[in-house]
Amino acid sequence: MKRLAFLFVLFFSGLSISYGSEEVPQIKIKDFTLSNGLRLVVIPDRRAPVVTHMIWYKAGAADDPPGKSGIAHFLEHLLFKGTSNTPPGEFSQAVSSIGGQENAFTSYDYTAYYQKVSPEALPDMMAYESDRMRNVVISDEVVDPEREVILEERSGRVDNSPSAILSEFTQAALYVHHPYGIPVIGWEHEIRQLGREDALAYYEKWYQPWNAIVVVAGDVDPEEVFDLAKETYGNVEASSPQVERKRLRDPEVVAAKTVEYSDRRVTNPVWRKSFLTPSYRLAERGESEALDLLGTILGDSVSSRIYREVVLGEEVAISAGAFYQGANRDMSYFGLYATPRGENSLEAVVAAVEAQVDKLLSDGVTQEELDRARKSYLKSLVYSQDSQVSLARIFGSILSTGGSVEDFVEWPDRLAEVTVEDINQVARKYLVNKHAVTSYLLPEGS
Amino acid sequence: MIKRPFFALITLISTCLLSFSVLAVEIKELRSDRGITALLVEDYTLPIISMSYSFRGGTTQDPEGKTGAVRLMAALIDEGAGDLDSAAFRARLEELGIELRFSSSRDFLSGGLRTLRSDRSTAFDMLKLALNEPRFDPEAIERLRDAIRTGIIRSKTNPGSVASLTLRQTLFEGHPYSLRASGDETTIENISREDIADLHKKLFARDTLTVGVVGAISEEELKQVLDETFGALPERSQAAALVEIEPKLGETVSIGMPVPNASVSLIYKGLKRDDPDFFAAHLMNYILGGGSFTSRLYTEVREKRGLAYGVSSGLATFENTAYLTAGTSTRADNQEEAIRIIRQEIRKLAENGVSEEELEAAKKFVSGSYAISNLDTSGKIARVLVAIQNQNLGTDYIVKRKKLIENVTLEDVNQIAKKLLLVEPTQVVVGPATQ
Repeated sequence: MKRLAFLFVLFFSGLSISYGSEEVPQIKIKDFTLSNGLRLVVIPDRRAPVVTHMIWYKAGAADDPPGKSGIAHFLEHLLFKGTSNTPPGEFSQAVSSIGGQENAFTSYDYTAYYQKVSPEALPDMMAYESDRMRNVVISDEVVDPEREVILEERSGRVDNSPSAILSEFTQAALYVHHPYGIPVIGWEHEIRQLGREDALAYYEKWYQPWNAIVVVAGDVDPEEVFDLAKETYGNVEASSPQVERKRLRDPEVVAAKTVEYSDRRVTNPVWRKSFLTPSYRLAERGESEALDLLGTILGDSVSSRIYREVVLGEEVAISAGAFYQGANRDMSYFGLYATPRGENSLEAVVAAVEAQVDKLLSDGVTQEELDRARKSYLKSLVYSQDSQVSLARIFGSILSTGGSVEDFVEWPDRLAEVTVEDINQVARKYLVNKHAVTSYLLPEGS
Repeated sequence: MIKRPFFALITLISTCLLSFSVLAVEIKELRSDRGITALLVEDYTLPIISMSYSFRGGTTQDPEGKTGAVRLMAALIDEGAGDLDSAAFRARLEELGIELRFSSSRDFLSGGLRTLRSDRSTAFDMLKLALNEPRFDPEAIERLRDAIRTGIIRSKTNPGSVASLTLRQTLFEGHPYSLRASGDETTIENISREDIADLHKKLFARDTLTVGVVGAISEEELKQVLDETFGALPERSQAAALVEIEPKLGETVSIGMPVPNASVSLIYKGLKRDDPDFFAAHLMNYILGGGSFTSRLYTEVREKRGLAYGVSSGLATFENTAYLTAGTSTRADNQEEAIRIIRQEIRKLAENGVSEEELEAAKKFVSGSYAISNLDTSGKIARVLVAIQNQNLGTDYIVKRKKLIENVTLEDVNQIAKKLLLVEPTQVVVGPATQ
């Protein structure tokens, strides 16, 4: 996933890039804005009679009001309950009656809904989706059982998984009061209090044409999709004025923190360390690209230092690595992780990983490592064209986390500009203990 | 050399009444000079080649007392070959962005390769090396053995894993299907390098090989690639034939575990992929619990009662057995009620059958979903090409399929529902309330 974070760029209209000896066929991405502010992005892929239709609202769990954690996700569930024009189940029936797929997902920065269908069904999908942007009907009769479903979901996803429990409290430690510290699904005690009014308030505030991005990828003609969008989404009138996303900002973090979670279900300990870093949106030019390459060189590939030295060389870890998670809208992080192999102690494996980090900080990376990492990024760009769903997801997530078309177009150039020195600089700037949360997943009694 | 190019023009007409679209997937059946066959969809839209292939004989081929050997062998295929040790082999792949994967299931070993056209020659060389000269270095064997052992130990505290192992042991006592593919703590210690090399020799063979390729490669090129990549493998597989087994129904097993969510599984009769009633059962399953947001189980368990986040049913088909499974994961306080509702819905379906409307909707979904789910990326099409061959469905399957679905009658579905579901199921519950 993270590897794909900034892949799309190359296919923006008109641009064609060659890899090695071969030219990658250019894919024209068309970008429109309707008069009500709705953004439409069309990515044609005419190879098979399939189209993916997604709508991305630039609002997610980090926009939940204080004390109402989980409402963005709760509302996502409620959007499947019918509207004043469409009885409950009709939209889903329309999707399944042609063998289509549908679902939705909520993250910190966006909430998205999608259908994958045959192209003839696209007009219907756009009609239904534009209808539920403003006309959803939410009654207590649907809210009450759905709250139970969500509590089940939380129990299955979090309570059932010690490592998910650790993640929740690691996030909570990483952010001082920025909402990234609160789980997307919400804290259980707050989910129990959520009701119809909370869902409607969130809906009213954020489910507006000016806050929506529609991405259509697949067997379609961009101009025809634009016309369809005007006939459907174009008729949706905003019922509230455009507002900016305002989230609490954290102070500069200067104290290292440690999180420990012990659970009888844990059979093998896990160590993680997360360093606060800027995201692509917040970083200075080139910093995020350098952090991505740093992640690959340090621990996000089979030829990375941590894999080569700690997993293969010293044989002390079952798994260990590093990665940069730069796709957030606000502050992101750079992560390290490790799990000991066999009888090795957690301390031994942590020391081995930290030694690689220290070595990198003191000696820096090599030109050869940089070239290899950059090359593998560029190769994977071509593969991303093979899946309309991935292209749609990549593009939607970038646009809804504050990325722009220009950023996309320039990405390969910025990647090419990164030097060994840039990587060494971001490593020294961000891999600093006072910005870090160290977390441990431990067997009970240890 | 006999060449029998076979051209099938595949036309998928959408179920929409007012308009239609046509997918022309031209499947070419080809045979190399050394007699290796493959299905090819040639497509130059992107400079990518995707290959999928399989050998018959999966984790059920483990030697006695050495359960987990096939899984370990399969995991070692990309861990070094020829002159390249694990690190060198994988670094070479990474450098060129070549994706080489290999995995094992109960009945098959499966692999895949994805490469840019410009790197195809290196890519196929690497694949040839991996298939013909895997090193099985002691370093890699011990590393993966340790990882698998860790996984086995961890799975003991996971209710879903405990449930699926218990289920297999209950349904298939004494048969290789009852064993855990990754082995257990004792058996994985018994596996030697010789066992691994021996399995490789026995299972990688031309007579059980099937290949599907999609992308920027011509017939002539592919024939050469087939010979060079697979031509040196032994002609005949030594995979042992397994006996057929009927799952044992009517059993009830409860295992207490200190976890918040219980894993619930109910097993009914199933039928194999080559059964003439397969599509009747497939449509029935869709109505029961196969269609995510519209099925009876989803409506009754989740939508109306909020008893679970996920609930579904599915037809499990293997080479030597088949069954229908229905299940959910639910909190302790909802567990009894969820089981009651699932059983009740299944009985209702068996006794009263489905309606014409439900069947029509199911047919539309099952027809239309094939292209939407399976034919949108080159990797998926390559896997379909392999599955078509392994299941003997015929190269014209993609066209034929729609007709096979249309021909199913209400009577067929209701009869198969009685046959499969009017039984006392095996029930496995792993979770808190049963302590």
